[in-house]
Amino acid sequence: MTTRSSTSRSAGADVAVRAEGLHKSFGPARRRTTVLTGLDLTLHRGEVLALLGPNGAGKTTSVRILSTLLAPDAGRATVAGLDVVHDAARVREVISLTGQYAAVDDKQTGAENLTMMARLAHLPRRAVAPRVEELLTAFDLTDAAGRRVGTYSGGMRRRLDLAAGLLAHPQVMFLDEPTTGLDPRSRQTMWDVIRDVVARGTSLFLTTQYLEEADQLADRIALIDDGSVVAEGTSSELKRQVGDAGVELTFATVADAALVAAALDLTRDGTRLRVPTDGSVPHVRSVLAAVEATAVVPTSWEVRAPTLDDVFLTLTGHTARTARATATDGTDRADRARTEQETAA
Amino acid sequence: MTAQTLAPPSGTSTHRAPGPARHRVRHLVADTGTMIGRSLRLVRRDPDELLLAVLLPVMMMLLFVYVFGGAMQVGTDYITYATPGVILLCAGYGASNTALAVQQDMAGGIVDRFRSLPIASSTMLTGHVVASVVKNLVSTVIVFGVAFLIGFRADATALEWCGAIAMIVLYVLAITWVATFVGVLAHTPAAAGGFGFFMLFLPYVSSAFVPPETMPSWMRGFAENQPITSVIETTRGLLVGTGSDGSPVTDLGPTAWLAVAWTAGITAVFLVAAAVAFARRRRQ
Ligand SMILES: Nc1ncnc2c1ncn2[C@@H]1O[C@H](COP(=O)(O)OP(=O)(O)OP(=O)(O)O)[C@@H](O)[C@H]1O
Ligand SMILES: [Mg+2]
Repeated sequence: MTTRSSTSRSAGADVAVRAEGLHKSFGPARRRTTVLTGLDLTLHRGEVLALLGPNGAGKTTSVRILSTLLAPDAGRATVAGLDVVHDAARVREVISLTGQYAAVDDKQTGAENLTMMARLAHLPRRAVAPRVEELLTAFDLTDAAGRRVGTYSGGMRRRLDLAAGLLAHPQVMFLDEPTTGLDPRSRQTMWDVIRDVVARGTSLFLTTQYLEEADQLADRIALIDDGSVVAEGTSSELKRQVGDAGVELTFATVADAALVAAALDLTRDGTRLRVPTDGSVPHVRSVLAAVEATAVVPTSWEVRAPTLDDVFLTLTGHTARTARATATDGTDRADRARTEQETAA
Repeated sequence: MTAQTLAPPSGTSTHRAPGPARHRVRHLVADTGTMIGRSLRLVRRDPDELLLAVLLPVMMMLLFVYVFGGAMQVGTDYITYATPGVILLCAGYGASNTALAVQQDMAGGIVDRFRSLPIASSTMLTGHVVASVVKNLVSTVIVFGVAFLIGFRADATALEWCGAIAMIVLYVLAITWVATFVGVLAHTPAAAGGFGFFMLFLPYVSSAFVPPETMPSWMRGFAENQPITSVIETTRGLLVGTGSDGSPVTDLGPTAWLAVAWTAGITAVFLVAAAVAFARRRRQ
């Protein structure tokens, strides 16, 4: 991958994307929605940055600004050293974008869609057909290639959409929630493809709701809330920020939880309690002994190391509860030391 | 999934290189071609629209000739009088459907992808316009076919035929660019569809189906001076050689130039307006 460092002015040669103080509001003056309130970000070359944040935090808006679709109200952004507003045409030569919503024609077949996009991405004429073939194979769409996209399932459509974003090997790739709506196998496939693309030198700017996805793919994670970055770092740096592992106890009633909370001098979160722990057997045993001494029986308990969920929930305030529901609905988490015990009620 | 399957084909590179200026024109031509191919395919694969494009002209033709035709006193055979009008009516309506196609593209995710590609994304609009012209030429041929079957007789030289077709193409281009502009601005399919309704109505207030002399004076002023009347008079003058009152046309020149000026002017204004609106919308 060649850099065009001669064109880099403000950005160093190792910076793929830089956003400085981005502001963006929508709507007429009276009912203005402020979305971005001074967003600062840096994606280094060859790196994967995951942008994480609750619904409406401004992830898509950021991606749209960085991929030249939207002009910021204030602030500055560069991609490969090129200004996204003043040098938009040249930025488009080095990026690819796969937006949050599928960008394919229902009335064209899968193969026709990819061929069209490959031509528009200015792939060399002879490279178009083989490249389309490869991606159809890679995304397991060969059988459906001749069918109109209107007949595809949601996941197939998403896979085709992702394939369209991978036709050219761009310097910087933007993926807005790439695996939302994919089954676990397709998600794994997508991760493999993404790793492969990154291994070829593409820098990746990714947004996601799946914390495991950020954990798996990203070198660095930026957490945004209410339009600005509230935390940034590697997955383990962020986890360290929210503290140690904990023994988590759930009780049948709030009264039970309150009783134990009072005895152990803890703060209660509904029917749940959390006791920080180093995870060692003696300490966990002592915690359980203290609970047992109150004669209140928890309905379940577990020892949990902090996860990106915790980071997410701790650092992004207002939509925490809905976010927990989404985040825990099925994706397995490798870093979760889970010893859940159902107590016979 | 292996790295092997994703490697670029040997001997070629899938890396995009920013091309020098002389490549830019070549790219523009190629991209426009790709977009035209896309729009034509989309039109071909919309069964409802295809059916409508064929049925509407035929139904209009039959309606005008057999239902209204008997009551009309226009100085010539009514079919001869009305055929150019039906052709323009259908072409105008067909062209106005472009508003829907453009609105759909603008509302969906695809326009974002086009905008993020190293192309002039307004070629998306050019694709729709060219597809509209092709589609409407096809439906024009169908209306002429039906018209001939039920008794329409043209009195035109080959040159006059070419002139009439050119006039129809100019008219379709003008309507399509207006429709494209509406499609870029419209936020809902209903808003975009409203334009089709408008275009289905507008030709009635012209000399297409009845002589404007029969209208109340305030409406007559509009009917005689609106662009469609000059286009109708030109087309009818070229094909059958009569004017709106059924008398032979002696000098078509001024009307024809007026029609060309109207259609070329509307095309130019709305082409620019559509391009500007396209660039502004979504960057807000
Ligand atoms: N064109 C627009 N006009 C008005 N408001 C907008 C527009 N685009 C986005 N917004 C608002 O900006 C806020 C942030 O939107 P954005 O799509 O960036 O969020 P997000 O972080 O991508 O959320 P999600 O996780 O749901 O995709 C939302 O409140 C949204 O309603
Ligand atoms: Mg979003």
